[in-house]
Amino acid sequence: MNSTIAVITFRAMLGRRRALLLLALPLMLVVMAVALRITGNDDLDVSANVLQRFGLATLLPLLALIAGTGVIGPEIDDGQIMYVLTKPIPRPVIVLTKLAVAIVLVWAFAAVPTLLSGMILSAGGTEGMGPAFTVGVLVGGVAYSAVFVALAVVSRNAVTIGLLYALVWETLLGNFAPGAKSASIQQWALSVTDTLTGATAVKSTVDLAVAVPLLVAVTVAGTLLAAVRLRSLSVASAE
Amino acid sequence: MSQLVLENVSRWYGNVVAVNGISMTIGPGVTGLLGPNGAGKSTLIHMMGGFLPPSSGTVALDGAPVWRNPDVYRSLGLVPERESAYDFLTGRQFILAMAKLHKLAEPGAAAQHAIDRVEMEYAADRQIGNYSKGMKQRIKMASALVHDPPVLLLDEPFNGMDPRQRLQLMDLIQRMAAEGRTILFSSHILEEVERLASHIEVVVAGRHAASGDFRKIRRLMTDRPHLFLVRSGDDRRLAAAIIADGSARSVQLTDKGLQVEAVDFQRFTWLLPQVARDADVRLWEVSPSDESLESVFSYLVAR
Repeated sequence: MNSTIAVITFRAMLGRRRALLLLALPLMLVVMAVALRITGNDDLDVSANVLQRFGLATLLPLLALIAGTGVIGPEIDDGQIMYVLTKPIPRPVIVLTKLAVAIVLVWAFAAVPTLLSGMILSAGGTEGMGPAFTVGVLVGGVAYSAVFVALAVVSRNAVTIGLLYALVWETLLGNFAPGAKSASIQQWALSVTDTLTGATAVKSTVDLAVAVPLLVAVTVAGTLLAAVRLRSLSVASAE
Repeated sequence: MSQLVLENVSRWYGNVVAVNGISMTIGPGVTGLLGPNGAGKSTLIHMMGGFLPPSSGTVALDGAPVWRNPDVYRSLGLVPERESAYDFLTGRQFILAMAKLHKLAEPGAAAQHAIDRVEMEYAADRQIGNYSKGMKQRIKMASALVHDPPVLLLDEPFNGMDPRQRLQLMDLIQRMAAEGRTILFSSHILEEVERLASHIEVVVAGRHAASGDFRKIRRLMTDRPHLFLVRSGDDRRLAAAIIADGSARSVQLTDKGLQVEAVDFQRFTWLLPQVARDADVRLWEVSPSDESLESVFSYLVAR
């Protein structure tokens, strides 16, 4: 970890308009929770649905995409990464620092609002559902961030590819093909949540014994890939 | 004293060869990397700076390979051509961050020293995004200098600078070279290189066209046969007189006028008015027709 890189990355992420982008979605989740609470529509099923569909399946991947690609993608595109790469710093340190910043951002902008919404929805307190979803978002956030950081190092089209994965693969295809559904970070994170809550509305297709190793594997693989590819990052602007 | 050695370096992109079998040794002092746009200068500098692997051949700094070796950056400073720095930081924050990334013992003092060297103290607390092109160039220079490296690579450092900023930067580069540093800068402008570099490497179309003392290469360039376009009151009579005089290798009558290939640039420009006066021909126009840098370069390549 390198604190200088972390500080610059945080400033780049939070200083621009991107910060508003990061705030918009979590705000919507919290506002929705408040609205449901006021209108008295927050029974167990609705609460589980909101936390799962909006929190875990939408807010989490989108924020991880913004944060994961944002911590390193624009820097590679604009060439500022040169100022970091022309220093005697091992490449894995750079990748781990960028990843840590992305994870902190995802936790702050996805996990905290999820916890908050769980507390606002009165049924969120029952069956430990609020905290369970929060933990699911926390672990899912780590895996998503690792994948999207790696994607940003590997491809200039990281955001597009990430969106296709999150929207088409995880959400759309998951509805039709059960196999695709199980092979998604979303389901693995949901599996963690499922284990922590007794609510029957929360149902994962993947066993915890399978989900946890897969989450770890994806995180490690993403981090390694990013470090290796950053090591031989050549400058596209050369020509 | 550091040396950057390129041995038989080539770089190709698919079927396109950007750099073709270049060997050169860059030693202390200022070296100018000269060549027309698109000649492969940036590709070369990126390979020297460890940002691009050579397709074949090796680039080594004091014996150590540059590619995939972040440790070389302890003794290498690089100023990229692209303008973008971290626009949201102030100049001082940027340089301080660079000093910290180098893990210098006293980053604050090193940053201050670098800022003073490029004379940017007056603007150090403004955001880089609000800097002019010349200021950005100087703050980038400071970022490359902060760890006091023996080798500096500058990619087109004078691009977009006004004449005053140009002079300031030239002065700075010369001072640093006087301290024994190895400095290489690229340019496609002959006059820039002439003013700054004692040693030049000429690259044309990816190939190493010339290397050595600037004056020798300049003489090669000026001694080459020159093409002139001459329009006069009586082209035929003037052509006969020029041929008789012997200061030209060939004379061609064309629609636009006389095309004269002079053997000696100076002698010809000096003699032509006399020849014309003696032949009683009025000169309307005398213009060198191949003075573009590209033609100078291609002449060098042909040698």
